[in-house]
Order: sequence, then C-alpha cells, then structure tokens
Amino acid sequence: MKALVYVTLKKTVLDPQGATIARALQGMGHPEIASVRQGKFFEIEIEGMDAAQARPMLERIAEDVLSNPVIEEFRVELLQD
Amino acid sequence: MSEVTPEIVAAHSITPDEYQRIVSILGREPNLTELGIFSVMWSEHCSYKSSRVHLKKLPTRGRYVVQGPGENAGIVTLGHDAEGHEWVIAFKIESHNHPSFIEPFQGAATGVGGILRDIFTMGARPIAVMDALRFGPLDDPDAGARNRRILDGVVHGIAHYGNCFGVPTVGGETMFEPSYSGNPLVNVFALGIARRDKIFYGRACGVGNPVIYAGAKTGRDGIHGATMASGEFTEESKQKRPNVQVGDPFMEKLLLEACLEAMETGAVAGIQDMGAAGLTCSTCEMGSRAGTGIEIDLMHVPQRETGMTPYEIMLSESQERMLLVAHQGREQEVLDVFRKWGLDARIVGHVTGDGMMRVKNHGEVVAEIPARPLADEAPLYNRPYTKPLREAPMEAPAFASADLTADLFTLAAAQDLCDKRWIWEQYDFMVRTNTVLGPGADAAVLRIKETGTMIAMALDGNGRYCYLDPRQGARLLVAECARNLACVGAEPVGATNNLNFGNPERPGIMGQIVEAIEGIAEACTFFEAPITGGNVSLYNETLGEAVFPTPVIGLVGTMPLIEPPGIGFRASGRALYLIGGIGEAGETRMGGTQYAKQVLRTLWGLPPEIDFEAEKRVQAAVREMARSGAVESAHDVSDGGLGWCLAECAFPHEVGARVELDSSLRPELLLFHEGPSRVVVSTANPALVEEIAARHGAPALRIGETGAGELVVSNRGAELLRVSVRELKQRWSAALEQWLHAGQEIHA
Repeated sequence: MKALVYVTLKKTVLDPQGATIARALQGMGHPEIASVRQGKFFEIEIEGMDAAQARPMLERIAEDVLSNPVIEEFRVELLQD
Repeated sequence: MSEVTPEIVAAHSITPDEYQRIVSILGREPNLTELGIFSVMWSEHCSYKSSRVHLKKLPTRGRYVVQGPGENAGIVTLGHDAEGHEWVIAFKIESHNHPSFIEPFQGAATGVGGILRDIFTMGARPIAVMDALRFGPLDDPDAGARNRRILDGVVHGIAHYGNCFGVPTVGGETMFEPSYSGNPLVNVFALGIARRDKIFYGRACGVGNPVIYAGAKTGRDGIHGATMASGEFTEESKQKRPNVQVGDPFMEKLLLEACLEAMETGAVAGIQDMGAAGLTCSTCEMGSRAGTGIEIDLMHVPQRETGMTPYEIMLSESQERMLLVAHQGREQEVLDVFRKWGLDARIVGHVTGDGMMRVKNHGEVVAEIPARPLADEAPLYNRPYTKPLREAPMEAPAFASADLTADLFTLAAAQDLCDKRWIWEQYDFMVRTNTVLGPGADAAVLRIKETGTMIAMALDGNGRYCYLDPRQGARLLVAECARNLACVGAEPVGATNNLNFGNPERPGIMGQIVEAIEGIAEACTFFEAPITGGNVSLYNETLGEAVFPTPVIGLVGTMPLIEPPGIGFRASGRALYLIGGIGEAGETRMGGTQYAKQVLRTLWGLPPEIDFEAEKRVQAAVREMARSGAVESAHDVSDGGLGWCLAECAFPHEVGARVELDSSLRPELLLFHEGPSRVVVSTANPALVEEIAARHGAPALRIGETGAGELVVSNRGAELLRVSVRELKQRWSAALEQWLHAGQEIHA
C-alpha cells in the first residue's frame, strides 16, 4: 500500500517561496498567474498493515515529523495496490 | 458590527476599569474594531503600563545623546566624516521571547526582522546585530529535548534572517537555567549608522500630506500577537499558535533599500515600521507624536487574503511593512521608488488636523479614536511591590574542592561557559567586512569607514545575580558591559536595556523589576551610559514559574581607529598583570558564581560587591592600555572567576601561563570568585602597563607570565592548578555539541 502525504503552509501563513515563484512566473510572461503556494509531498510505502491501521499512524507521523503543526497543515491519501 | 459584551472585553485582556476609561475617551461604547485597537495599544507590550512609572528613573540624557527613548530607536553621535558631516549611531534591543517559544525558528527570525526595521526606519543602515539568548538546560530530564529543539530553532532563525538580510551577527551570549525551560529569552540588539542630517522620525507631520503603505501585503499573521506577548503561558496557549508570523528577509532587504532611497528623494516627511500591533500602532503613534490625526481607508491596503475584516487588517502583524508620510505633491516619487524595488506601495489616507485616528472601510467609518489618548494615555499602574522574590538561602553551605583542576574541566564543559562556536558559526559575522572583533571577544568591534573610527558593542545579563539581588545584579552587569568596552579600548556613549521578568501583578516580581531598574539607573548614571531606548518583556512565566529576573544591557562605545587587543595570549614570555588586583570575596558572595552553579550545583547568598570608583579607575587604565597598544591581550574576569578567565585567555592561540599568586583567600575563592573590576592583560612592555595603571590609580598586580602549553597556577608556593591548555580546550570546544546531541542515543 502506498500513502501520499501533502504538507502545505496554513492558509493564513505567509509563503515567501510561493510568492517568489509567482513573481518569477509573471516575469517570464505568464501575467495570468495570480498567486502560487508551494509545499511538500511525501510518498510512503507501507507493508503488512491495512488502511484502517495505517491512517492513524500516518496522521501521527505527519503531525509529529513531516509537518510543523504551528504553521503547516497536511492531508493524507492512501492508495490501495 | 457585532456587539461588545463583557466576555469579549475580557478576552481582549481589557479590565473593567480600562474599559471605562475607553468609554470616557470615546464618549461612547467602542465597537469591536476599536476594542481590538485599544487592547493592542494598551497591552503591556506596547504601553509599558506596569513599568513606565519606574522607567522614568533611568538616565536618558548625556553629551552624546541625539534622540532618547520614545522613538523607534535611540540615537547617539558618532563623529564626523572627511567632508564635515556628522554621523550618528541608531541602536536598540528588543525581545521576541514568547513567539520564540511557540515557533522557535520563525519567532527568532521575525525578532531580528522587527528590530532591523526599527533601525532603518530612522534612516540608519543596520550594520550589526547581537543576541542575548536564554534557554532551559539541554540535559534536563523532562524538558531537555524541547530545550534543545528551541535552541536549534532560535539559532537557525537568527541565522536565516540575519544572513539573508546581510547584517553581521557579531556576538552575544547564551546562558541556561531551569527557569527558562518554559520561557526562553530571545533579545536582539541591533545597531545602524546614518548621517545626522538624514535622520527620519515616526511623525505624521503636515496636514493634508498623503499616508503611504509600503512593503509586504497584509495577511492574518499574528493577529493579537501583541496581547499574546503580554499574557502568561498556560496549556491553552497552544490554541494561540496560528498567531505566529512568518518573515521574509529578502523582502526586508528590498524594503531597507527602498526606504533609504525614498528618504534620499526628500519627499518623505515621516516614516514608521509596522511591528507589534501593525497598522494600528504605526498610525496612532505617528499622529500622536506630531500632534496630528490620520485618516486611512482599508480598501487601499494591499491584502494577501480575501475577506479580511477591518479588525483583522488593523491588528495584523504581517512582517516587512512600513507606513510613510510623503510631502503633498511628491507622493509619486515615493511610490516610484518602491515600485522600482518590486514592492507594493499605495496611498491609504492622509494626515488630518483633528487629532483623530479615523479608519474607514470603503468609505464607511469603522473606527474613530483620538490618537494621543490611544497612544500615550494607556493606564499606568504603580503596581504594589514587596521585597524581590527569592527563595535561595543566604547562608553558604560547607564546601571544599578536592581537585581544582577537575573543577576547571567541569566549568569548561558547562553549558554556560563552553565554546559557543556551534551557534555563532551559523551566523555570518563578517558580511560588510567591517567586523574587527566578532563572536568570542569581550566586546564586538566594528570599523566605520565613513568616520574613520570604530564602534564597540557589549551585551550582558546575569539572571542568577539578579535573582539573588536585582539591584546589585543590575549594577554589576552595567559595570561589566562598560568593562568589556574598556578591554577593547572603547568608551561608553549610550545604552539600551531589555527587561525580562515574570508577572508584574505579583508583588515579589514587581519588587524585582523596581530594584533592577533602579540598579541600572544608578550604574548607567555613574558610567555615563544614558539609556536611549529599550524594551520590557513581562509575564515570562509558565504555569506560575517565573524566569529569573533578567535585565539585559547593551552598551555602545566609540573609539579611534586602533588594533584592539583580543582576549587571547598571543606569545610566550609576556608579563601577565591582573589590573584591579585579586579582589575580595567571602563565602556568601560565592553563591551566584559559576563555581557554585556548575561544581556545587546550588545557589545561595549574594552577588559580588562592587566599588564603582575603583571600577572606573580600572576601566580608565585598561582603556588607555588597549588604545595605546601597551597590551597584547585584555580580558575581564567575570563568569567563572580568575581561573576560568586565564583558561579563556589561553584558548585562542593555545598559549598557557604560569601564575603565582600571594593571597590569603582559600583556593576555591581565589580561583573562582567573580568579584568585578578586574582585567587580565598580557604585555611585552611591563613598565608602560605599570605606568598607566599608576597614573589612573588602578592596582596592577604582576601575577606571572605567559608560556608553553600549560596553565599552572600556584598560591604562596602551593600548586593549585596544572592543566594542558589543549586538553582543556578540547573539552571546552566539544561540549556544546555533546549537550545538543545528548538525546540522540535514546531515540536511536
């Protein structure tokens, strides 16, 4: 089973990197780009565990390790084989 | 607009009395936006309502002072350039303690950003930063892992912001005590220079002048950060977390260049950064200082998010923003400069003559408050105080050292005294290439090309001394700062202070505050180092446990262009002198020392005594020795006493010393007492050192000479210490990383 974890800055938190990307895109001839927010993406392979067990574990990992809960939020997706 | 209920008032940390005051100022009930505005302006953080009564005792005038407290930063004079223009130094210290606990990296980073804006909003280019940091012990069985994480985040945050912005972090100090476990202290001391005729003030002058918003867009960052910074932490604080703002140092660098360039055009009448309490604070303070009013319409404020309410826009603490007042008819010049640097800049309103801070949203008035009462008539509390809180015993325990060399190794590995290279090597301390003495020196020294002179900066605090006796502790640390300046050849011209304490509503804590301020006032008056500004951080408590009272003093000095002595012995065979002599010490006065803390692991008694007159003579002598090149090294005796001072002198070039003392003090006291007014110097010209000392009336005790790779200390023929400098240095250099990695085996 494969898990996808998306970590992004909370909506209310400034994203200097995303803003820089947006400015770069606008400067490269894409005036239609209004804003960009960037984040992190994790692909995690899991063995010997079903989705019901995996999800709470992944959410704990995402909260403790993969994200900084003070300024970031995350979303976990599970892909069955 | 939603109705203001007593619950909402309480949630804004406004007391019923304060609410009545608001009603009488307005002549009516406030709406929610107005309540929010009052709550941030009247928070402890912005109004100093508990400390102001006592802050008035500080000396603020002196022959070098150009601008005292009340502006964004204090200003002292520096000197003249080749063309006859006078240059000045703008400097200030500010805390970012609470945000650094909640989110160490961003909290510390935005702390650096905030104080840099305070400097360049005066028209000065920031040229140096120092930091005073306090954390809980890294090996604490319960809080150790969190303390290590906070230290790591804070140091990275300071490095990130300072390095990206391009200002050198030239020094600082890092100390550890259990009381900082739940309340780390992050105090940032920044300094910049400007031509005196190009200083700008945060004043909204000239009725009809346009008000310009410049810099980053406004988001929902740090809403109510200022009130958060004035409330104790409880378990509920976790819910306050989204308040933390994220900084963008590259944006700040653009803002710096744009502001300085806009000022050059001559089209700017006044300017103030938006720090704590954001747009609210900058509008009402600028109006209040100039005796004018400001009217703005929030529809013109650049916004990062949609659907923001007036309340949110006014209270947002988004970083990297400035408010400017332009001369009428010249606003386009200002806007063009900001556009050139790729920054948002919009006209959001204008200066009025009615003294009101009037906020509209799409033409509709959403807040209307007299600016002066809002900015300057916050309630002042002369809070009741008692004897300063302390629980340490006065009596010394019985103690005796079996092995003084082993004690020295204990000090070398101690968190307070060990090599802080791991911290400062993450900072760019050479950028701008003016750093003559950087981290590890008694005082940082910067070359100033404009005036052909030098600036020295010293930063000190000592929570243990101040816990035992806040007044005496404060007096000692001002004296130490001045002594640090003397060691590099500089003379004090001004000072800034950061007062970090617990909850002022507790009389014992208020007693600490009052005593410490009075101690600072006495010492700053004596050493002619007027306080030109600073910061007060109260409510540094978690679950009822307050931090040790920790006033931090930053002293600025000036000096001619010289090659200042460093702390390290440079060569063998040089004569060693202890300027100031052995000093006096008793068991009671040993209780606050590093020896008591690291070797005996306890705290008692009182901090050392100090004779200001004797201190001044020592400083005058050492200053002249440093300036005249009479000494090759100079290092003051402070934390860890004479024994540790000699070790620190030996480390840089791995040059040892043979020291023979003649004292009736018992060995533990002789080596480790922390009596002030003492400086160890090494010299190739003993006659000159003795002549200078004699002329200033300072004792110059010849204690031995430098040599080889061993540090050997004896007293009246009995050997007390014999240690290989290299071995001791290895212990000292390796210690911090060992403490930082202490927890890893457990997780592995």
